[in-house]
Amino acid sequence: MNFLYAAYTATWVIHVGYLVTLGLRYARLKREIDDMSRKDA
Amino acid sequence: MSAPASGITLATLAKDIRLEWRSKDAINSMLFFALLVVVVFSFSFDPLAEESRQIAGGLIWVAFLFASVVALNQTWARELRNQVLDAYRVSPAPANSLFLAKALGNFIFVLVLEAVMTPLFVVFYKLRVLGPAWQLLPVAILGTWAIVVNGTFFAAMSLRTRSREIMLPLLLFPITIPALVSMVEATTIILMGDPATSAKFWLVLLATYDVVFTTGCLALFETVLHAE
Amino acid sequence: MKKAFPILALLTAALLGYALYQALIVAPREQTMGDVQRIFYYHVPSAWTAFLLFFINFLASLQYLVRRNANTDKVANWVVLTIAVLTCVAAAVIGFVPALKSALPEGVQLSSIATTGPLIAGLYFLVRKLFSVEAADALAVTTAEVGVVFCTVVLVTGPLWARPVWGIWWTWDVRLTSTLVLWLIYVSYLVLRRFSSSGQTPALAAALAVFGALDVPLVYFSIWIFRTQHPQPVIGGGGSIDPRMLHVLLINWLAFLCLAFLVCWVRYRLELLKRQVEETQALEALLEPRSAVP
Repeated sequence: MNFLYAAYTATWVIHVGYLVTLGLRYARLKREIDDMSRKDA
Repeated sequence: MSAPASGITLATLAKDIRLEWRSKDAINSMLFFALLVVVVFSFSFDPLAEESRQIAGGLIWVAFLFASVVALNQTWARELRNQVLDAYRVSPAPANSLFLAKALGNFIFVLVLEAVMTPLFVVFYKLRVLGPAWQLLPVAILGTWAIVVNGTFFAAMSLRTRSREIMLPLLLFPITIPALVSMVEATTIILMGDPATSAKFWLVLLATYDVVFTTGCLALFETVLHAE
Repeated sequence: MKKAFPILALLTAALLGYALYQALIVAPREQTMGDVQRIFYYHVPSAWTAFLLFFINFLASLQYLVRRNANTDKVANWVVLTIAVLTCVAAAVIGFVPALKSALPEGVQLSSIATTGPLIAGLYFLVRKLFSVEAADALAVTTAEVGVVFCTVVLVTGPLWARPVWGIWWTWDVRLTSTLVLWLIYVSYLVLRRFSSSGQTPALAAALAVFGALDVPLVYFSIWIFRTQHPQPVIGGGGSIDPRMLHVLLINWLAFLCLAFLVCWVRYRLELLKRQVEETQALEALLEPRSAVP
């Protein structure tokens, strides 16, 4: 039974983890864009 | 008038062999590496004669695979050093000729290594072939070509990447898995000599693999060569 | 376009919740395996989704390679169309020749042969219509990454299912092993993209993707032969499936497909943004020295 919950939990951990990395990458890009626009301004 | 493609291939191949023979650096270090691999494997796996026949197939081909990777990594290094690649790209010679020449050169090189390592393996593992020994020849030829053709292609692909040396095995190993399975299974069947089993299926699969990937490499090498 | 995203996200979340409810509560309890069998409703849809994503990656990579040259592009179009037509013709021929019809392996339906070719062709032309050559490359990266995520789920849930039911964590089962090799190939694809610094990285990666795709049937076949010579327990089992279970399975698949679509959308937008930033940075690097000249 524990295996069932472990499997479902693992699935969601993997998906959420990936979405978190995507969010972090977005944040880094946004920071770069802000830096660039500040340099131009 | 441009020379025929086969002429270019042979000329390039002859040049590579001549260079290897004169320098002897690469081949000497490779031979010593091959010997070391066999010795290390022998220390790690010390089975009885009956068991050794069951695992020797796998061990030998893994050893060949690693030795090939070390050899393949050197393939393009020399070309890069002398900017020969740029000369090829500018010349009217078809990219395939260069690829075939390199692949054939590597093929001969690795076959020499295998010829050296095999007797050592036989001695250390007290191997005796119980099945039709002649079948080992097509397995060796088809299997080595499978490793070398993809290895040469991926070595060219890895040229402009960071960590070039690790990139080659990283790209090569997953793709080579069906060929590796075929080689190991065929060799084990031949070694074990069980009359109920035959290495035929595996040889057919190996041949198919070779045809598919040789075609793929020839079709896509142009792209890889111009990718700098 | 952007306004649709939150709505779709909410719908997907709802669908996933509903699918979970179906899998855990509504689906009947399996006779021999018990409740652990419910892992099936996450394991199989993830696998199907991963395979679909990898297939789209193959199409996108192929297009990147052939569409840069007008001639190869035209040839490719005709080849795809021919394949579509041939599969229909083959299905028709097999249907009318009894000897061939009986020679069909079990479980293979004529309708699936007839529809696969046109489906693949349709998908090819749809990608071609919606994505430019550069965009096709962005699509390739996207589907490869998201595909690896779903493939990871398959490889984690598989052993978690195998252990309580068959007592072993792993077996050289055809499907599980093929999935592992597929995962390895696509991880190496992602590593190549990360480590390659040349401007032609997309072309190299596309070549690797095509090689990977060529490899898949060979992998499947080699493990299949291997298994006939070294019998192994089969994870996931063949055979017919209870229609109620099939119903729950399909609901979960739909839910995961929606999730995959959303995640791909996010990743794709990220990729486009990344490329814009890189282009701007490259332009700035070009312009700066000039302005510094007195």
